[in-house]
Amino acid sequence: METILTINQLTKKYGSLTAVNNLSFTIKKGNVYGILGPNGSGKSTTLGMVLNVVNKTSGDFHWFDGSDSTHEALKKVGAIIEHPNFYPYMTASQNLALVCKIKGVSQNKIDEKLEIVGLLDRKDSKFKTFSLGMKQRLAIASALLNDPEILILDEPTNGLDPQGIHQIREIIRKIASMGTTILLASHLLDEVEKVCSHVVIIRKGVKLYSGKVDEMNASHGFFELKATDLVTLQQILEDHPSIGKITVNDGLLTAILEEPMGADDLNAFLHQRGMTLSYLVKRKESLEEQFLQLTNQTAL
Amino acid sequence: MLRLLQIELHKLRYSRSAKILISTYFILITFIALIASIEFDLGPVHFRLADQGIFNFPFIWHFNSYIAAILKLFLAIVIVSMMSNEYSHRTLKQNLIDGLSKKEFVLSKFITVVLFAVISTFFLLVVSLILGYSFSDFTELSIVFSDMEYIVGYFIKLLGFFTFCMFIGILIKRSAFALGFLFIWWIFEGILYGVLNFRLFRDSDIPENIMQFFPLTAMSNIVVEPFTRLNFIKTAATQIGEELDKDYGVHWYQLLIVIVWTLIFVYLSLALLKKRDL
Repeated sequence: METILTINQLTKKYGSLTAVNNLSFTIKKGNVYGILGPNGSGKSTTLGMVLNVVNKTSGDFHWFDGSDSTHEALKKVGAIIEHPNFYPYMTASQNLALVCKIKGVSQNKIDEKLEIVGLLDRKDSKFKTFSLGMKQRLAIASALLNDPEILILDEPTNGLDPQGIHQIREIIRKIASMGTTILLASHLLDEVEKVCSHVVIIRKGVKLYSGKVDEMNASHGFFELKATDLVTLQQILEDHPSIGKITVNDGLLTAILEEPMGADDLNAFLHQRGMTLSYLVKRKESLEEQFLQLTNQTAL
Repeated sequence: MLRLLQIELHKLRYSRSAKILISTYFILITFIALIASIEFDLGPVHFRLADQGIFNFPFIWHFNSYIAAILKLFLAIVIVSMMSNEYSHRTLKQNLIDGLSKKEFVLSKFITVVLFAVISTFFLLVVSLILGYSFSDFTELSIVFSDMEYIVGYFIKLLGFFTFCMFIGILIKRSAFALGFLFIWWIFEGILYGVLNFRLFRDSDIPENIMQFFPLTAMSNIVVEPFTRLNFIKTAATQIGEELDKDYGVHWYQLLIVIVWTLIFVYLSLALLKKRDL
């Protein structure tokens, strides 16, 4: 598969603080990637470095096959970072026309892209009259102008109201469904979970995991159980070879699986032992729980 | 090249304040013509400035390039804010992400600055020709186009000054503070000259020799004030027993100093931009 971005041992130091530490990963065409990490973990710094606005301390990266200089390669990339930055005194379409000139693409796609983000009727309004949600959508339109090979979004829903967040997510989903590679940096996990196929998790500038979302945790899931006699239930379960750690919390028993087992098997097993359940659910850890586990914070 | 210029002009075209300042600047240059209508009526003495030979070729080149250079402050505001606004609107970051290199960014600004200087010079040339042909006592071609070094000097002076503004805009990042810095720098050169002249090296030309290497002094040295060259001032000065003996010429080494400063400012702008994280 075609490689879009290769990062190799990339490091950024601000004085004594190491914001990004020997980070390496690659982005392949056609996937939707999420970069996850708590606030201040180095997500934006990493993106800043590959986008030519932050100087790297050491290591290297290259776009595509590495034959173009970074700024040439960026013409094939669409990116928005944190806050939408445009000229406040220009209208939406004037701002986009400027981006076209910088990227060296024709201006006939401006209306089409404004349509995608639902701003066509405001194309002649000045940027400074826009709400934050509209600014963010204009930023997405501008990132799409060159029909980019990859779309980079850094915290695209930061500071938006629920409606705005919903609109942005719909747009991202639409773009992803068209086959565009997307790199989404966020600390909002449900956002990443809903759209991403791959994740890179970083904490304090160090990579903790990179790979597919569903391979992130080797666990086989867990059961959540309720019964009138929780103590006996726990004793029975402790004898079962497939079940590892058991915790009881608020009348809910959580049993973590050590090998695959279906809910029906467990139910049959417990029934044999004369135990009836009032509640049985088999779950996989959500991305949030996996993420918190990985970043060493308390989960479950 | 053309792409970079187009990018910058696109940014300026829609900015109302830039448009107002730029048009004010060029209108004011044409208003030099209004000096022609200045008249004094002091009882028996009837005095018309245009008749005093200020619009005579080739003196007009000196006079107009000096007067027009005062107006450069209008463009200084435009240039400083077109640099620092890129920081305050954070659009510099967006420009780089969109695929402009830092070198291209500085180049696009510098080309625009060159364009400003070229248009100003051209404007001055046209205005002076029109004024000269209307008022000059001599209109032979050989006289009309003598002393053209003042026009060259004007161009280099403007270019140096505008590049200085460009650098300050990048350095300070806030337009009001950057203009303040320009003013403070101007005072600094004045004070430095004062200290050198009145404290350290009295009665020698060492202060001038040192000061000519400072940017603003170097720029103002290119075209020195033309007033004491006027006949009626000279006459007045001789009457009070003062001998005016001043070098009014444009010298190659003065041009060279400013050209070197221009290159330094462009280089520093780029170096600063490259070093900074955004």
